[in-house]
Amino acid sequence: MDFNDTPEEAAFRKEVRAWLDANATRKSDDKQSFRARNDDPELLRKAKEWQDKKAAAGYARMTWPKEFGGRGASPILQVIYQQEESNYLVPLGFFDIGLGMCIPTMMAYASPEHLKRYVKPALHGEEIWCQLFSEPAAGSDVAGIRTRAERDGDGWVINGQKVWTSGAHYSDYGIIITRTDPTVPKHAGLTMFFLSMKTPGVEVRPIKQMSGGANFNEVFFTDVRIPDTQRLGKVGEGWKAALTTLMNERLAVGLPSGGLDIDELMELARETELEDGAAIRNQQVRSKIADWYVQQQGLKLTRYRTLTALSKGQTPGPESSIIKIVAAPKMQDMGAFAMELMGHAGIMKEDVPFAAGFQAQWIGGAGFRIAGGTDEILRNIVAERVLGMPADVRVDKDVPFNQLGKK
Amino acid sequence: MNFDFSDDQKLLKEQVRKFLADKCPTKVVRRVLDGQEAYAEEVWKGLVELGVPGVGIPEAYGGLGLSPLELCVVAEEMGRAAAPVPFDTSVVLATEAIKLAGSEAQRKKWLPELAAGKAIGTLAVAEGPQPPRPRNLTTTFGGGFLNGKKVPVADGDAATFAVVLAKNALVLVDLAQKGVAKKRVETIDPARKHAELTFTDASAELLGAEGEGWSLLERLYDAAAIYFAFAQVGGAESAMWMARDYALQRQAFGRAIGSYQAIKHKLADCYVKLELARSNAYYGAMMLTDGGADLPLAAAAARIAATDAYDFASKENIQTHGGIGFTWEADTQFHYRRARVMALSLGGPMAWKDKLVTRLEQKNAA
Repeated sequence: MDFNDTPEEAAFRKEVRAWLDANATRKSDDKQSFRARNDDPELLRKAKEWQDKKAAAGYARMTWPKEFGGRGASPILQVIYQQEESNYLVPLGFFDIGLGMCIPTMMAYASPEHLKRYVKPALHGEEIWCQLFSEPAAGSDVAGIRTRAERDGDGWVINGQKVWTSGAHYSDYGIIITRTDPTVPKHAGLTMFFLSMKTPGVEVRPIKQMSGGANFNEVFFTDVRIPDTQRLGKVGEGWKAALTTLMNERLAVGLPSGGLDIDELMELARETELEDGAAIRNQQVRSKIADWYVQQQGLKLTRYRTLTALSKGQTPGPESSIIKIVAAPKMQDMGAFAMELMGHAGIMKEDVPFAAGFQAQWIGGAGFRIAGGTDEILRNIVAERVLGMPADVRVDKDVPFNQLGKK
Repeated sequence: MNFDFSDDQKLLKEQVRKFLADKCPTKVVRRVLDGQEAYAEEVWKGLVELGVPGVGIPEAYGGLGLSPLELCVVAEEMGRAAAPVPFDTSVVLATEAIKLAGSEAQRKKWLPELAAGKAIGTLAVAEGPQPPRPRNLTTTFGGGFLNGKKVPVADGDAATFAVVLAKNALVLVDLAQKGVAKKRVETIDPARKHAELTFTDASAELLGAEGEGWSLLERLYDAAAIYFAFAQVGGAESAMWMARDYALQRQAFGRAIGSYQAIKHKLADCYVKLELARSNAYYGAMMLTDGGADLPLAAAAARIAATDAYDFASKENIQTHGGIGFTWEADTQFHYRRARVMALSLGGPMAWKDKLVTRLEQKNAA
């Protein structure tokens, strides 16, 4: 056992480092982030510039086939690129959903002409894509969406509302799941399309989150007309297409990195005086630090097991399905505990060492436990897909969608 | 990145797993639990024929000379079967103690006997109530003689020799002598017999230098914690699947109880804890093999994660079974008992959490 690169991987890592050194600035420490100023109006422009540079060098989506600007490379090389890139001050994050979920869905269903038109600009950061799935009445149960698409001549008219759409406010295109037939059971009446976010009738409104940030949006559709050529997959087979997208989501939703962790918690515990001396000497404090350390290590090492499978050209096991289940509550609980160590001052937003960082974890953790699959849905997924347990009994299974809730 | 066992190691694991599935099904565990035999002799004999006691012993001393990684995969299977044999005592604790601290003469004498299954060793640390600490030990060694009482000692009556922690040193004692009295003691896990050993001027010899008993024990515990972690992972996984299988079959309120989220989420949590434990155990195995600087920290993390995973899986296995799981006839009790025995035998989680933070502080200071 070792954490070393294979000779091929090592050579690639060297190549990547040389390229990054020539094109970007190395971070002075691993807590430094390009996004430190999230309100930078220039951030998007800089991110597009960096994405273009990266795509031109062939690093943007290495696993994609060559015809789409990839290298047909093993996923481990893409991971190595990302590991190296994370050591540099570069703007990231605008393209993950488009390239991780939307474009792969396009590749599975769109016409060759459309692929020729859309893949390259997406890869180079010229056009950004978003995923229009969740709705006010369809979160965990995403197949319960109500946004209608109705036939109108050789096209479709869309009416309804999406919510929690990441990046809709700066996106150029989106893939959207709609209900085309409400007279059949839930999953059978769905159809997927793509559309320009500039199509008349599309209106984007940001959602202000509990944390104060606004990364998500509501998107309203009022008589939005699109041609049938923008349909992805067959009419009524939108759920199948959505599963393609969501399968890719599991790979795309990563861990928030660069936040405060065990090292900072220990520093705080060393500097905090409790009744019997430094908090770090208190057994309750030590016990919690140990538990979180074991989780932190466990997550890192579990990721290494997944990378090992990728490195060997194997399909990774299901072990990575535990990551968000552990990481999200840990973030929330550790943040809350660190604030407790600060005493009453833990509620203050200024002048208290580490307070802002741990408060951000405490409040962000509440959202992270929901985003990209709630704690509860993820446990269902583990139970069903890993342990082979039965799916929930579905009372809506054979009922036409428009009859649900009517008795 | 190569953070996995090799194909050969997986093959060995499969071989041991098949052997135990065949020769050590739960009815064998039950037989030892219900009866008076010290351990399942026919299972142990088969394991000796497979070479299991010699896996980690160098070829020069009659072993197979394999790496700690091989012993780790074997340990996982022993744990999965909750095998009632002196594996953790003889193959892990006693063998590792001699490899760690034994003189050349002691290695030459004991390791070949251990590898051949002729000798069964154990480790004797506790002295009744109170967790053992250097200041409260009363067993003494001097002038070649050992005096004191150790209890509980796992496999104390089956063992032919013991590594004993005396106040000032670790010592090796042949248990077939007049100065040694063995008395079986009842414990929470009758499938692993324990004894009280009383030494009255028993002849013994130093294992390692005088004055280093406690520090040697700590190092021995670090290695053992990793092997134990693999056994705990195996046991946790076995308990988890036992619960899963029952949940698929048991019907309540018109459907399988495994279709209720209360059960699904509980078992998903078993899986989460199991994978955290497995990943930490792998790192421990890697440090053990490379003699890496992170060994003490990795051992503590592996120990804490695996103890938690096994405790949780074994108790929720009973809970998933409901009333039938609490009967003497149910197989659920084996892992529940073994999980607690393993949790306490190298010091409990509270002590290891304290150690982990101490080691983290040392690492950060370095």
